[in-house]
Amino acid sequence: MSTLRYALYRMMTMVLTLLVVSVLVFAIINLPPGDYLSNQINELRATGQSAGVAKAEFLRREYSLDQPLWKQYMIWVGFLPGPNGFSGLLQGDWGWSFEFERPVADIVGDSLWLTVVVNLAAVLFIYAVALPLGMLAAAKSRSWIDYTAALVAYLGLATPNFLLALILFYYGHKYFNLPIGGLMDPIFEGQPLTWDKLQSILVHLIVPTFVIGTSGASAMTQRLRANMLDELGKPYVETAIAKGLSERRMLVKYPLRVAFNPFVADIGNLLPSMVSGSVLVSVVLGLQTIGPTLLTALKTQDQFLSGFILMFVALLTLIGTMISDILLVMLDPRIRYEGRES
Amino acid sequence: MTPLLTVENLEIGFGREQSVVRDVSFEVPRGETLALVGESGSGKTITCRSVLRILPRSAQVRSGRITFNGRDGVVELSKLTERQMRHVRGDAISMIFQEPMRSLSPLHRIGNQVSEVLWIHRGASEREARRDVLREFERVGFADPERVYRSYPFELSGGMRQRAMIAMAMVAKPDLLIADEPTTALDVTTQAQVLGLIKTLQKDTGMSVILVTHDLGVVANMAEHVVVMHRGRVMEKGDARPILSDPTHPYTQQLFAAAPEIPTVDEPAPEVESNDPILTMRDVNKTYRLRASVAWKPDMLARAVRGVDLALERGKTLAIVGESGSGKTTLAKIALGAEKPDPGGEVLFRPSAGGEPVVVNQMTREERTEFQKNAQMVFQDPYSSLSPRMRVQDALTEPLEIHGIGSGSERRDKAAALIEQVGLKSDMLKRFPHAFSGGQRQRLSIARALMLDPVLLVCDEPTSALDVSVQEQILSLLEEIRDRHKLSYLFISHDLAVVARIADEVAVMRAGIVVEQAPAETLFFDPRHPYTKALIAAQPEPDVNRPIDLATVARGAGAPSDWPEAFRFGEDDFPALTTMSPGHKVRQHV
Repeated sequence: MSTLRYALYRMMTMVLTLLVVSVLVFAIINLPPGDYLSNQINELRATGQSAGVAKAEFLRREYSLDQPLWKQYMIWVGFLPGPNGFSGLLQGDWGWSFEFERPVADIVGDSLWLTVVVNLAAVLFIYAVALPLGMLAAAKSRSWIDYTAALVAYLGLATPNFLLALILFYYGHKYFNLPIGGLMDPIFEGQPLTWDKLQSILVHLIVPTFVIGTSGASAMTQRLRANMLDELGKPYVETAIAKGLSERRMLVKYPLRVAFNPFVADIGNLLPSMVSGSVLVSVVLGLQTIGPTLLTALKTQDQFLSGFILMFVALLTLIGTMISDILLVMLDPRIRYEGRES
Repeated sequence: MTPLLTVENLEIGFGREQSVVRDVSFEVPRGETLALVGESGSGKTITCRSVLRILPRSAQVRSGRITFNGRDGVVELSKLTERQMRHVRGDAISMIFQEPMRSLSPLHRIGNQVSEVLWIHRGASEREARRDVLREFERVGFADPERVYRSYPFELSGGMRQRAMIAMAMVAKPDLLIADEPTTALDVTTQAQVLGLIKTLQKDTGMSVILVTHDLGVVANMAEHVVVMHRGRVMEKGDARPILSDPTHPYTQQLFAAAPEIPTVDEPAPEVESNDPILTMRDVNKTYRLRASVAWKPDMLARAVRGVDLALERGKTLAIVGESGSGKTTLAKIALGAEKPDPGGEVLFRPSAGGEPVVVNQMTREERTEFQKNAQMVFQDPYSSLSPRMRVQDALTEPLEIHGIGSGSERRDKAAALIEQVGLKSDMLKRFPHAFSGGQRQRLSIARALMLDPVLLVCDEPTSALDVSVQEQILSLLEEIRDRHKLSYLFISHDLAVVARIADEVAVMRAGIVVEQAPAETLFFDPRHPYTKALIAAQPEPDVNRPIDLATVARGAGAPSDWPEAFRFGEDDFPALTTMSPGHKVRQHV
């Protein structure tokens, strides 16, 4: 019950935070002088193409870029009606991309959930690798297992991702016949989800997951090892041994549970850093994630497109932190019962 | 009858270094208690842990034989494999540890942690284990076993947690219980009750106990046999009664001489006259507001100190005695101006006799700087109160630097003079704190506090982290310095025996309230308040003929609402202090 109330409370704060973020995002995008259209109009005027100017002027009015900034913001979010009534983010209208001359929704549509899929896969990979490895390294600290784990981890941290990507593609293709580039076979693009398409996506995910996840997994392994070593020195571990627990059961039930908290707290941070950190990898691997699109949009001041993507990343982060906060409350009774009368 | 456990020629060491336990042999008879006594570094803990092989990873048992003659016949424990050893741990031999606060996992319910023993060793189902565990909880004195079963450790007090630990150790009905300083971290009244509980359980089940302790008083109350250890060797061993009444080994004699004792007093002392109080507290209250975890819940109020009126006479020592949570440390902070009392309270400090008083709770910036020169503090934990990255010399001269007193060489000269006064050598000034033992560090803390020539020292449990023999030395040093520098002490302690040694006047606190106040001798001659009586009765005396009086402890150690009618008080209203004789005040209904 109390967990449920806490979740509701966190939802509320999340909505408020999102609102603040939207103001910031909008302000930052509008910091550089001019906007996409006025830049274009200036350019067209200079080259004497007046037909294009009329179209651009029309778009300026259509998307309220001629309005004062605060009004633009309200219209963008959907608090105020624009020329065509209420149609902002809240109403599900994500705006128009001037660069690609298509609605934002069309451009990001597929890559939106592919981004989520790739990053989720990477997070799962990180946890799947870091958990057993970190635990093992701590339990057998100062042994060859520990040192090997550290070596592998540092290699993982130090190797540039795109290089790793190229190497993996080469050998993956040579020995395992793994596909190169993309997130699915080109024939499935734009097709509805079928069993075959899903299979194709899964096979294509192997290399990107590995590439994006390695450094995160390395860092997390080392952190878990350090946390576990701290916990292993605590008296409750002795109590557990004195009970007659086997070492493995003892490790998993007691110190791991305690050392696990920082891990859970990390979920929120992992998501955004991977979206922005995997841009280069996405370009190299030809992944249709949102990263490369964001890069283009920011470079060309394509404000609705970049604004939407930034909002999307913020939403991912907030959802991530919310999930980790709620999980923490469920996992750790000390947080759950804080402030409860004894 | 063969002994239950035999340890022969045990030798344990770390890495390539010299052995820390050498040639230790003893026997634990059935149904009786053996006490392993020694100070820190004596090897007593390592010895007891080697029985179940719960040792630091770098420790190795180099030689020796440990034979256990329990329910499964004669087993040589030192030859068991790790897997076989697991079956002994928690079943035939179980263990309880020193710190109940940290010996239970914070993330698992008590019931789960205790039941686990039965799941492992009996293959019990959740239901069966629960039934047995609830019965065990009842035996260790939990009023509401069901609630404890569902609780997390942080929801219980220290004494309750140690009871839960004992239940965990007892639930498999072991032949031998190893208790490693089981009551050291507990309040003295709780200690008395936990010791009583272990004794009762032992009588009921006929198990043997190995009790590891540094406290001869605990030994006298609990053990039939004693092994005195020092630097890894057995100094003296045998039956408790002869050793405790007439120790033959010089080291044991030394331990006895150092053990603090509540003195037997023949007559009350005269009132401490109040002519020139250096520190006066009037109607001091302190309420903390605990922010609720969520916005819509009201904040909670914690009343740490309530209605305290105290005066410290110049050149005297006023001791504030109480258990954890009694508000004594908060009071010390208020006296030093580190916390402000609630509005209406007043703390007055007179730096010189007859001088203008400073209102400590309303100081200007200049007054505060001046006040800090005059009033200094000695902290409890000498291990964390000195910066490990600062040379002793820098730590000592820092106060002078902050206040801009003297030149560099004058500061260094002063540091050299003071370090000799506290019994260390001036060539130690270049060292870092880690090169000093606990007692030496506490000497350094005292030297640092004296650097500014204060007139008032607030000592917050200055000896409770130290071994008894070191405690004795530090107390002597504090006395000597008080007389030499004409200091006044506000002495905070939980230990009446320590207080008996140094204090002129004692105020006993409970739940933020002073319940009894008297000159030290008067208090021990004629304690009136049930809580004071409980504190005195709970103090374990190193004398087999003066066992702890558990009935008196039980009468006064409970909550103020459970005290006898005349003394009882609740949350909001409490009786006034009544003067019994000059200088002796007791809080009771008249």
